[in-house]
Order: sequence, then structure tokens, then C-alpha cells
Amino acid sequence: MTAELPFRSRLRASLPAYAFLSPWLVGLFGLTLGPMLLTLYYSFTDYSLLAAPEWLGLDNYTRLAGDPRYLDSLVVTGTYVLFSVPFELIAALTVAMVLNRGMRGLTFYRAIYYVPSLLGGSVAIAILWRQIFGSDGLVNQVLAIFGYEGSGWISSPDTALSTLIILRIWQFGAPMVIFLAGLRQIPAELLEAAAIDGAGKVRRFLAITLPLLTPIVFFNLVLQIIGAFQAFTPAFIVSGGTGGPSDSTLFYTLYLYQRAFGSFEMGYAAAMAWVLLLIIAAFTAANFMMSRRWVFYSDEGKR
Amino acid sequence: MTAVSTRRSGATALSRTTGHIAIALVGLLMFYPLLWMLSSSFKPVSEIFGPGSGALIPGSPSLDNYSEGWTGPGLPFTRYLINSLIVCTLTVLGNVLSCSLAAFAFARMQFLGRKAFFAAMLATVMLPQHVTLISQYAIFRDLGWLDTYLPLVVPKFLATEAFFVFLMVQFIRGIPRELDEAARIDGCSWWGIYRKIVLPLLSPALVTTAIFSFIWAYNDFLAPLIYISSPEKLTVPLALRTFLDSSGQSAWGQLFAMSIVTLIPVVAAFVIFQRRIVEGVSTTGLK
Repeated sequence: MTAELPFRSRLRASLPAYAFLSPWLVGLFGLTLGPMLLTLYYSFTDYSLLAAPEWLGLDNYTRLAGDPRYLDSLVVTGTYVLFSVPFELIAALTVAMVLNRGMRGLTFYRAIYYVPSLLGGSVAIAILWRQIFGSDGLVNQVLAIFGYEGSGWISSPDTALSTLIILRIWQFGAPMVIFLAGLRQIPAELLEAAAIDGAGKVRRFLAITLPLLTPIVFFNLVLQIIGAFQAFTPAFIVSGGTGGPSDSTLFYTLYLYQRAFGSFEMGYAAAMAWVLLLIIAAFTAANFMMSRRWVFYSDEGKR
Repeated sequence: MTAVSTRRSGATALSRTTGHIAIALVGLLMFYPLLWMLSSSFKPVSEIFGPGSGALIPGSPSLDNYSEGWTGPGLPFTRYLINSLIVCTLTVLGNVLSCSLAAFAFARMQFLGRKAFFAAMLATVMLPQHVTLISQYAIFRDLGWLDTYLPLVVPKFLATEAFFVFLMVQFIRGIPRELDEAARIDGCSWWGIYRKIVLPLLSPALVTTAIFSFIWAYNDFLAPLIYISSPEKLTVPLALRTFLDSSGQSAWGQLFAMSIVTLIPVVAAFVIFQRRIVEGVSTTGLK
């Protein structure tokens, strides 16, 4: 219909819409796409903000590959994502399953479990974590009651990252709420029919609930992976901005921050930012591709 | 038949009770650190550390930590709360306005490049902020905006938090188009339809946007850390961090007291808007 009109009049007809979109368009070009490309340009330069960027070609990227701290930050972030996301989702699904059995006080418990998700990213909670996992902090005081002498969890390179992983798992309430909404969509008749046919609890979970829930599992997985890669505040506060001890909590974003705003190596940090974008995009794409094998959409074929 | 169902419901009741106890215990375990911080904020430092410090009831409760902590980080904490309030209010306003305008166009209007722009909008939802952060910093520096709230607030008026645009598009699609058409026949312009028909009906999505905008802006640490440097301009998370860095072991009580103060607005928002928040999370995957 509109396709047959000449370009000019279609453009004219679009003007009111562009007026509504104008703030968003300015944001898209001025604050998102433009800066993205500018960052890409910086990543090929030496740029300290004080002088004009100086072209380096691929130097920043090759330097990254040989920078031990950068490689450390990759390992730290990878470990963090690998351990926090699955446990967070398992905890979320388990609690959601228990809560979903028509439990009295559901609203109350859902609220209680959700609150850490709202607070978890704050500086206040990171400060609390720094105390409770400190050498004379709460955790060790409680362990002492059982006669176990704990070390300084945050001051030891072997355990510091684990405290941050625990902090993330502690925030499983948000995916749990999403799981609860998904569980409610599962038709009770299916589960009842299976029960009458003699399927036990485990069987019903594996054969009915879990397959029907896979779109939600997938959604949570993508969301949590993207979020975990970008975690910053807890590592910054708990390590005092250093990523220590011995770089054991040097998250990718923290190292990027140090390079960009600590030593103003904007070009180098820009290369890091682009690699991060590519990593996240690759994970998301891989997730989507693999999802075809295991995610089951019940309304497929209906349309 | 009846015997079977009684037996089964008996078993369910039992498993429900164990489930109940497990849920309550795990919930308590998760909440214990928060409750402990609250209780410790009323304790002298000697009670926060050492044997028996895990207790939730303070031995000799006092408000000293609050009164001393309030001026602990330098300026009175009131200053930082006001700063955060300014940033959060402008953020909420910006997001609600700019995102609803864009969402209205995407959901209701025909225009050149609609599909491409919509795809671009969706793509930016997943974009890590770091890839724009560095250039934005350079741009805002050139504009002379460093150490002002403009870099924190202006992007919100340009609908950069695309997630909310998406949320509102979904919502507007659920509003019957007949309402628009009736209004148009009555002589309403696009602006009139947006203003008088869609905006009022959109209010649940606007409220969700406002709540999450507020909470995210209030908790935001990275952007203020980069842009704000003057002590009198610090937002609440920055002030807390400065306090942490400048205080020694003796200030833990005050640090906890001020941490509790900073958590109050978020907890209050949650208590007031609990249903909206949970709904927002379960339908859209907000955090």
C-alpha cells in the first residue's frame, strides 16, 4: 500500500513518527551507535584524552593477547560466570518448584527471596560482604562456634572470588520469580494425567515440567550470562578497586576501568570493550543456536 | 477412591510441611546477613567483632553509629541523599517521557525504516555499556560536562535505556487500536492520541518503568564513579565508598548504619510497589 508511494511522500508521511522518535534517534546515533564506532576507532589508536588519538593499527589487540593481567581477568570473569550462573539458576528453579506447590505464604516468601536481587548490586551490600567474609568477620565467628578456624576469605587469593560468586548466587530471587511465572503456565491437567498414569515426581519433572520450562530456562540463562560478564560493583568494593588479592577478583570490567580511568589508556580500554562486546555477542549467539536443540516451544506449529 | 485421595493428600501435606520448613530456613539463612547488618548498626564496634558477634540482638543498643556516621564521610549524609534524589528524579522523568514517546511511534505509527530501527532498538537492549562508555566519556568531557549530573541524566532523556522502550511497545500493542481510531475520527492528532488515549492507559508500564529507573539509578555506581568527583556532588553509593576507604576498623558500626540508611529507599520502594515489581520481573525479566 504505502510501498507504491514515491519515496519523498513516504518520507513526508513518516515525519510525525520521526518527531515522536526524535529523542530516541538522537540517543541512538549520538550516544549509542556513534560512540560504539568511536570506541572502535579508539581501539586502533593510542589515546590518553590529553592528545589527539594516534593510529596504532592492531597493536592494542595484539598487546591484549600478551597481557598477563588481561588474561587473568578473562580467567577470573570466566570462572565467575561459569560458577555463578548455573548455581544461581539451579537455586532459583529449586526454590521456585517448592514454592509453586500451592504453598501458603507464597507472596511473602517470594518477596523475601527476591529482595536480595534488588539490593545485591549496591555498594552497601558489597560493604557487608567485605565484613562478613573478612578474617574476623561474621562467617568466621559462626565457624568458630563449630570449632573451625576460618581464614580471611577476602584476603586470600584462593577464596576471594568464591565470596563474589556466593554474592551472585545469593541474588537468585529474580530468576526465581521468572521461573515461578513460567511454572504457573504449565497446565495442571498434564501433570495430573501423568500422575494418574503412575509417573513419579522426578519423572513428571523431567518429562513435563522441565521441557515446558526450557524457554524460561533459556531466557534466564541468556540474561544472567550477559549480566554476569558485566558485574563490576561487588568486585570493585570488595577489593577496594584493585581486583586483589593477587588479581584474583580482577573482573574484566574492573581491569577495563583501571586502564581507562586509572591510567587513561583509552585506546587500550576501547579494545577491551570491543572484545567484551564480541564475547557477549558470541555467547548470546551460541546460546541461541544451541537453544534449537533443547528449548521446546509448546506453541510451535499452532500459528 | 476416597481412601486413595486421602492417603495422597496426607502425603502431600507432609511434604508440604517439610517444604515449608526448608523454605523458611533457607530464607532465614539468606536474610540473616541483612538482619545482622541492621542489628550491628546499633552495636558498638566491640560487639560487631569477636565472640558472640553473630547475635542479632544488640547487647546495648544505641543510635551513636547513626549520629556519628551521618557526618562521618565528610559532609552530612543529607547532602548525598539530596544529590541522589536529584539524579533519580530526573532519571525517572527522562525515561518515562522519552521511552513512552519512542514506544508510541514504534507501536502505532508507520514510518520509513521502522523495521530496521526497531531491530536496532532491540539490539541495544543487550549491548554492554562499556562499548559506549569510553567514547561517551570523551564526548561529555569535550562538552564540559565532567563533574556535573548531565552525563548521568541527559542520556535518560534520549531513551538510551532501550529496555523500557521495548516494555512499553509490548504494553501499547495490548491497547485496542479502536480507541485510537475513534479519537482520530473525533479530530485528534497523533499528539492528542498519545497524550489523551495511550499515555493514561499506559500508566501501569510507566509506573514499572519509574520504579526500576529509580532503583537502577539509585544503585548505579560505575557512571557516577567516572563522572562525579567533587565531594559535595557525590551520590549515595559514592559517598559510601569514600566512607569505606577513609575509615578504619573502628568505623564499621557507622559504616553499617549508613549502609542501612542507603538501603532504606530501595526497600521502601519495594514494600510500596511490591506487586508491580514482582509483576515487572516475571513478565519481562527485569532484575
